[in-house]
Amino acid sequence: MQPKIEINGVSKWFRRNGRDIPAMQETSLKIEAGRFVSIIGPSGCGKSTLFNIIAGLIPPSTGEVLADGENIVGKTGYVGYMLQKDMLLPWRTILENIILGMEIRGIPRKEAVDRALPLMEKYGLKGFDKHYPKELSGGMRQRAALLRTLLYDRDIILLDEPFGALDAQTRLTMQNWLLQIWTDFGKTVLFVTHDIDEAIYLSDDIYVFSSRPGRVKTKITVTMERPRKTEDMTSPDFMELKHLLLDQLSAGHAEEELAL
Amino acid sequence: MEETVRKSTFVIHSLSTDAAVPVAEKKLKTASASNSAPLIYDEEAAERKKARRIGWGRLAVAVLLFIVWEVFTRIGWLDPYYWSSPSAIWQTTWLQLSEGGLLGDIAYTSGSTVLGFVFGTLCGAMLGLSFWWSRSYAGISEPYLIILNAMPKLALAPVLVILLGIGFFSKVALAFSMTIVVSALSAYSGVKSVDPDMEKLMYSLGAKRWQVFTKVVIPWSMPWIISSLRINIALALAGAIVGEFIASSQGVGRMIMYAGTILDINLVWVGVVVLSVLSMAMYWGVVLLEKGLSKGLGVK
Repeated sequence: MQPKIEINGVSKWFRRNGRDIPAMQETSLKIEAGRFVSIIGPSGCGKSTLFNIIAGLIPPSTGEVLADGENIVGKTGYVGYMLQKDMLLPWRTILENIILGMEIRGIPRKEAVDRALPLMEKYGLKGFDKHYPKELSGGMRQRAALLRTLLYDRDIILLDEPFGALDAQTRLTMQNWLLQIWTDFGKTVLFVTHDIDEAIYLSDDIYVFSSRPGRVKTKITVTMERPRKTEDMTSPDFMELKHLLLDQLSAGHAEEELAL
Repeated sequence: MEETVRKSTFVIHSLSTDAAVPVAEKKLKTASASNSAPLIYDEEAAERKKARRIGWGRLAVAVLLFIVWEVFTRIGWLDPYYWSSPSAIWQTTWLQLSEGGLLGDIAYTSGSTVLGFVFGTLCGAMLGLSFWWSRSYAGISEPYLIILNAMPKLALAPVLVILLGIGFFSKVALAFSMTIVVSALSAYSGVKSVDPDMEKLMYSLGAKRWQVFTKVVIPWSMPWIISSLRINIALALAGAIVGEFIASSQGVGRMIMYAGTILDINLVWVGVVVLSVLSMAMYWGVVLLEKGLSKGLGVK
C-alpha cells in the first residue's frame, strides 16, 4: 500500500557565522492513510522545522516530501496546518475565521457558511458564530482553529502542539474532542507534542526524536484498542509505555547535558 | 467533614450537605442577614459621579482663566495692548464674523487643511503598507523616509509657494507634505508588527500574497494608521497656516499676518482663538472618524 506521506532523507541546515549548523538530520518517515501519528522529542529538536517543510513553507536542504506519491516540496496548500497559537484573526467573528480557508479558495460565502454551521453545532461551538475570538476561552478558540483547518478539506492535518497552551482539564476535554473528530473524518494526523500522556493516549504511532540536531530515534506503535477512555491513562500498560518513553527522552537529555 | 473511605495511601472526606445543618441555626443566619442591609458598591453610580466632577472641574478652570485674564487686563496688571482681553476679542470676532470675511477665511483654511490631511494620510498609508511586499524595497526606502521625517518640511514652504503659486493648492501641498511621512511611518510600523505565524497560517491555507495582504496585513495595520490621524490633523493645520503666512490672499493665517503688520493686536488674538477652536473641532472630527473606523473593523 502506498503511504499517504513519505518523507525521504529530509534534513535542514542553516549557515551562521560561516559554519553550517544542522537543525534536523536526515529523517525518513512513512505514514499510512488514516493514522494518528505523534512526534515527541526535546524542545528544539526540529519538530516544527519538519512541519514547516511538510507544509511547504520552508524548503528542506536535502530530501523530498511525497504526498500520495507526488512531490510537494515547497508547495503550500497540500496539508492543513494548525499551530499552538490559535491564530484567529481578531477582527473576524468565529464563523468568518472558520470559513477563511474556503474563502481563500474562492468558495462562495453562502456555501461556506452552510458547511461550517452544522460542524460548529456538532463540535461544541453552537451559538458562538457571531462572537469575536477574544470573547472565547482558550479551549474554544482551539476548537475554532481546528475546525478551520478541517474545513480546508485536506486529507493530511499537521497539528503543532495544539493544546500546549491549555490547562490540564481543558486539555483532557480537547483530546477526547480531537479523537472524536479524527474518528468522524478519518484524516491522517501528524501531531507534535511535549506531553507523553497525550502522545500515548491519542496515537497509533509515536516517533521519538533525539535532541538537536533532531533525528528519529525510535518508532513505537500503540496497540491499545480504540475507542480509548480517560481511565486507560492509568492502566498498567499505559504506565509501562510511559516509562519507556520517559527513558527514551531522558536518555536524550543526558546526552545533551554531556555535550554541554 | 467525615471520612468515608480510608485506604493505605489516601483518605476521602465527604463534605457535609445543607440538610445536615440544624433548622434553628439556619433561621439565625437568615435573621442576622436581614438586620443590616448589605453594602453593595454601585460601580456605575460612582463612575457617573466621577464623570460629573471632572466635567464641572474643567468648566471651572475655563471660567476662572477668562475671569483672571479679563480682570488683570482691566486693572492694568497685564498690558491690554499686548494681551488684549476676552471681551475685546469677543467684540472683534463678532465684528469680523458679521462684517469682515472671517467665515470665508475659516472655510479657506479648513478646506486646505482637510484636503491635505485626507490625501496625505491616504498616500502615506498606501506607501507604508506597500513596504510589506518586499523587504529589500522597504530596507532601501527606510533611511530616506526617516530623513524626510526629520527634515523640517515647513522650511520648504517658500519653494512650494513659488512652485504652486500663492493660491489654494500650495497650502494643500504643505498640509500634504506634513502628513504623508508620519502616516507612512505609522503604517510601516503596523506592517512590521504583523505576526509572521499569521502569515504562515494564511500560506498554509493556500493563500496568495495579495490575499495575505488584503485579509491580514491591511486590517492588522489599521490601528497604527488610525493612531496617526490625531497627530496628522494638527500637522496639516500647521502646514496650511504657514503656507498662508508666506503668501496668500485668504485664510485665517493670512488674517493674523495682516493684523500683525498693522499692529491690530486684537485681531491677532481673534485669529489665534479661531484657530484654536478650529483645531479642536477638527480633533473631535478625527476622534469620531477613529471610532467609526475601529467599529468597522470589529475592534474594541
